[in-house]
Order: sequence, then C-alpha cells, then structure tokens
Amino acid sequence: MTADDWGIVALSLKVAIVAVLLILPVAFALAWLLARRRFPGWVLVDAIVHLPLVLPPVVTGWILLLLFGRTGPIGGWLERWFGVTVMFRWTGAALAAAVMALPLMVRAIRLSIEAIDPRLEAAARTLGASKARVFRTISLPLAAPGVFAGLVLGFARSLGEFGATISFVSNIPGETQTLPIAIYAAMQMPGGEAQVVRLAAISVALSLAALIASEVMIRRTGARAHVL
Amino acid sequence: MSFEVDLTKRIGEAEIRVAFSSGPGLTALFGPSGSGKTSLLNMVAGLISPDEGHIRVAGETVFGDGVDLPPEHRRAGYVFQDRRLFPHLSVRANLAYGQRGDTAPLMALEAAARLLGIADLLDRKPATLSGGEAQRVAIGRALLSSPRFLLMDEPLVALDRARAGEIMGLIEKIRDEMRLPILYVTHSPAEVERLATTVVEIAR
Repeated sequence: MTADDWGIVALSLKVAIVAVLLILPVAFALAWLLARRRFPGWVLVDAIVHLPLVLPPVVTGWILLLLFGRTGPIGGWLERWFGVTVMFRWTGAALAAAVMALPLMVRAIRLSIEAIDPRLEAAARTLGASKARVFRTISLPLAAPGVFAGLVLGFARSLGEFGATISFVSNIPGETQTLPIAIYAAMQMPGGEAQVVRLAAISVALSLAALIASEVMIRRTGARAHVL
Repeated sequence: MSFEVDLTKRIGEAEIRVAFSSGPGLTALFGPSGSGKTSLLNMVAGLISPDEGHIRVAGETVFGDGVDLPPEHRRAGYVFQDRRLFPHLSVRANLAYGQRGDTAPLMALEAAARLLGIADLLDRKPATLSGGEAQRVAIGRALLSSPRFLLMDEPLVALDRARAGEIMGLIEKIRDEMRLPILYVTHSPAEVERLATTVVEIAR
C-alpha cells in the first residue's frame, strides 16, 4: 500500500459516507410517501426515483452536469448565491453517488415501512400518543432494520459508483478519483498492474466488511431483514 | 349514562346502525360475527368515524355535533382482540407506554403487574409470551393509561378456562372498585351472564 492508495481509499470512504448521509433523509421521506400515500402522480414519482437504477449511469452523470454545471439551473444558482460549485470537486462525486444510491435506499426503507402493522400505530394513538410520538416511538423503530439495510446498500453502491461520477466530475486525483475510477485509470497505464491488484483487493475487502457488519448488526437487533 | 351511542356507518356493503344508551358498569355487546361490534368499538375509540350520529361517553361528546376527538384525546383503554403489543418494546415499556404525567394513575405499574400476575415478565419481549400472558399485558397496558373508560374486544377468547375465570374476576374488580365504564364485545353467553350490567344485542 502506497500513500497514494491510502489517499484514494480515504477519499472513497469520505465520498460514500457523505453521499449516504446526505441522501438518507430524502430517501426516507420518499419511501414514506410511496409506502403510505396515494396521490395523483404517484406512478411518476415512483418511476423518477427508480430512474437512476435503469438509466445508463453516464446519462445520469450528464443530466447532473446539465443541472449542476456553472450555467445549469441549480449550479448557476449555487454559484451566484453561495459562490460554491460541485464541479470537479469531491462534493460532486458525493452528489453523483447519492443520486445513484437513492433508488436502492428507497426500496429497502419502503419495504420495511410497508411491513409496519398500522394496527400497532392505531393502538398507540388510543394510548394517548400524538401522531408525532407514534412516528418517533413506533413507526421509526420498527422501520429501523430497513433504514439500516438501506444505508449499507447505499454505501456499497456509492463505493462502486463509476459511470455517473466520471461523466459528471471527471477523473481528478485527490478530488474525484475514487476507487473504481483509480482502478480504471491504473488499468490504462503501462505498469499499473500492481496498483490495480492492490486497489481491487481493497475493494473486495471493504465490500465484504460492509456486508458482514450489516448482517451481524441486523442479527443483533433480532429483526427479520436482510441486506441481500 | 356511561355510553350513549346513536350512529350509522357504511363499511363496504354492510351498514352498521346502532343506537343504545347504558348505565354504569359493563355494557356487553352481543351478536353474531360480522355484525359490526369491533367496528363500533373502533368508532368509540376514534379510530374510524361514523358517517353520522353521535357518541357520548360519561356525558362527554366524543363524536357528533361538530366534535370528532382524535383517539389520543379520548382516553379509551382499548384491549384489542389481537392484543397489539409493541414487538420492539419490553413488557415493562409496553405497560408504561400510555402512562401520563398529568393525571394521577389508577395504579402503579408494579402494582398492576402483580395484580395481573405478570410481575416476572417485565423484562421479556412480547414475542416470548404465551397467549394468556400477552392478553394480561394488553389489559395492564390499557389500565395504566389512566383511561376514562375501557373497550374490551373478546378479551378471553384465547384463554383456557382457569385463566379466563381469573381475568373475569379482574374485570369485575375494575367494574366495581375502579368504577370504569366498560364496553365489552363477546360471543359467550357465560361471560354476558357473569359480567354484564347492560346487554346490547346487535343484529346483523
């Protein structure tokens, strides 16, 4: 392991962790909406949430580029009012990873929300609990295994994110060059085989660790949920 | 008057049309399955709303005349037929869930647990309880929420005879010593005979 390798791993972990934490509240809100409400446009919202799952990642990256580029509607607004940009920055890589992780997280969380027995929530209301307290003390804890599964899935997906990231924020060492992008770059380089092997081994180890940790924690909560 | 009910409610094809008023004590709702007894309890608890009519409990209008109190303000102690213990909480936390800080409790948690014979179960999870134990926890949870009245939906249905006899003794105590109005759904003539002060027969 070289200092370069460590830098790549640290950047990848930072990008993946920020991505899932950033998108978690959005994913939970969307999962709740899709599980519990029926409204005009429900099918459209469901389809848009799942879009990053079926769209070629390069297209997702290109759409992000249109939206968040310096002249894009969101990017231009961010630059005008806050003087910040996500272009060619690690924050852009996190944004791309978050968008790609969203559908998987929504699916996992939504399954666990749909599994909550509404009769338990009704029982809590008769015991004097307001809707907010029912959410906090009944719905949220019962959905926790799904939220956790969603976090692990989203984290793993973010760690592996390639296509949307490279087309959105390019390949900049130390800024947007995450593990998969670094592996791809090393493969293109004469004499890069040793680094490819090292980084690939790290990828396998990280993914395995995430999956095992999640299974252990889910088993400890006694919940009947599985990441896989 | 304990319960004054006059309402109609359409659920799917069936129409529930009930009118009665009952004095203090235990009011037994007696009738064939599918006649809407559980739906009636849900309306008194505030979990579903009648199409029209009114519901008064101990003189207070909980539904009708422009009033529709949400369930958390009705202070019903509802013992559900399917018990509905919270699976992620211990027996102790289940019992304590409805305890309020603002009113003097009918009894302390430990006293209720002893009375119901569940004092040894406080640290267990609901999934590990037998049917009879779970039923007693459900009754305890309802009692500890400082209810103004009780709604009991076939509370003895899964219990063996000895246990059912014990719980009936307990219900008599609640009726006579705590003087809580009770609305009680059952199919069993024996329970009606032993417990009821008023019998309301609901036809299909």
